[in-house]
Amino acid sequence: MKLLIIAGPPSGGKTAVIRQVIKNLPEGSLPAFLKIDVVHATEDQELAEEFDIPVKKIYSGDVCPDHMGILVLDDALRWAESISRNILIIESAGLCLRCTPYTTYSLGIAVVSAISGTNSPLKMAPLLALADVAVVTKTDLVSQAEKEVFRESIRKVVPEIDIVETNAIQGTGLRYLMRRIANHPAIGPDQIKLRGAPPLGVCTVCIGKKEIGWKNHFGVIRPLDMPEPLYRGD
Amino acid sequence: MTKQFTLTVQSGKNRFGEQEGFETIEIRPGDTLAIVGPTGSGKSALINDIETLAQGDSITGRRVLINGQEPPESFVREPASKPIAMITQNTRCLADLSVEEFLRMHIRARKPGREDLLEETINLANTFTGEAISLKSRMSGLSGGQTRSLMIADALVIGDTPILLLDEIENAGIFKDRVIQSLHGGTKAVILVTHDPYLALTADRRIVMKNGGVASVIESTGEEQYLIEDLALIEDRLHQIREKLRHGADFSSLSSKVLITPARQSLQLNRV
Repeated sequence: MKLLIIAGPPSGGKTAVIRQVIKNLPEGSLPAFLKIDVVHATEDQELAEEFDIPVKKIYSGDVCPDHMGILVLDDALRWAESISRNILIIESAGLCLRCTPYTTYSLGIAVVSAISGTNSPLKMAPLLALADVAVVTKTDLVSQAEKEVFRESIRKVVPEIDIVETNAIQGTGLRYLMRRIANHPAIGPDQIKLRGAPPLGVCTVCIGKKEIGWKNHFGVIRPLDMPEPLYRGD
Repeated sequence: MTKQFTLTVQSGKNRFGEQEGFETIEIRPGDTLAIVGPTGSGKSALINDIETLAQGDSITGRRVLINGQEPPESFVREPASKPIAMITQNTRCLADLSVEEFLRMHIRARKPGREDLLEETINLANTFTGEAISLKSRMSGLSGGQTRSLMIADALVIGDTPILLLDEIENAGIFKDRVIQSLHGGTKAVILVTHDPYLALTADRRIVMKNGGVASVIESTGEEQYLIEDLALIEDRLHQIREKLRHGADFSSLSSKVLITPARQSLQLNRV
């Protein structure tokens, strides 16, 4: 089983990239797809109809979607295996740019759009830093110079990252991503682990408690006149 | 980059899956080619295929070779090795940077260590536009004409590649003639998408697009020279009227005939 984890901000083109990936997978590939979203997603149905592949979707609701993703990943792999699939594609919700949902053995793909602003790679540094490939989408909407400056901005964050530029609707330039996927090894025998420690907000605010004031919350809290946050709870 | 390149475009398929109207198009240093056709006929897709050095992986299935071979990956992926500069139709730059930061970052990508190109780029850009660009301006705050002027100067100075692609440079309110002057006389191959009859006819070859594919390639034989001369006069007249209009001229005392008189007569009117 191969594992692809695709992350990136909303409307960056993750699904468009996934469409091209599925369309161009090497012969013998049997993909399954898992979409993790917060409250609404239709990608799973669209991909199921278009490619006739098994799909699953999970809504994380009040919980951080990447936290949810980490919790269900093990089950998802077992599900894909139980239906004799050999490549599992996971699309993150793309909510929090600090998340690094990539694991050992996976091919981590960060999808960012060329029109998201030159400094956006700096703002989503963790998302890019632990990825294997940065796919830059919507390059048809910017000038060549701007595309190259955006690339330079990614290089500033992660000097060695593999950068693939594409107009994902048409699929231009994705041959380098497809080669990377084809050459990526299957999951090995060791326990799968996260590559980094994502700053996942599984605090009481993130799970839906709306009251203001630290007295109403548990976990990492901070009164105004305290110099450092502290942990409350057991 | 002074290395010489021959570019070969191998045909693909149009929107209906039909083979294009050519086998290969060879583009050598110094060549100028115009790409013409109605909107939606595939003009931009063709120069995008060239810019990304497509290898049958775009919607058209075309392949683009350099010196008869599949180009090395660095030509496609590393701006510093890329032999192609392209100026797109975009007249907006979304980069949240000052002009200076933008150009410095692009120099770092294309010509590391050549900080001296900064001045040269902005000076050239300011010969193309009537509204001067300063290094402190925000990229996103430039006008359409300023953006286009800067991008052309950037491609010529910072890019300075043997192959230059231009997508409809005429539509940006810039001094087109000065741009064309800067392009001519070099060993660059220039490929331009255009709706401008003068630009189209003065090219060595015209690539005619239809339904997403190349319908035909017309070689310039010199027999169209009479038309080029006619157009030069019309262009000149249009330019004069345009500039007067821009400066607030009122033509109401003249007969409206002036604007629609054929070239030769209008030239005489011009001389009166």
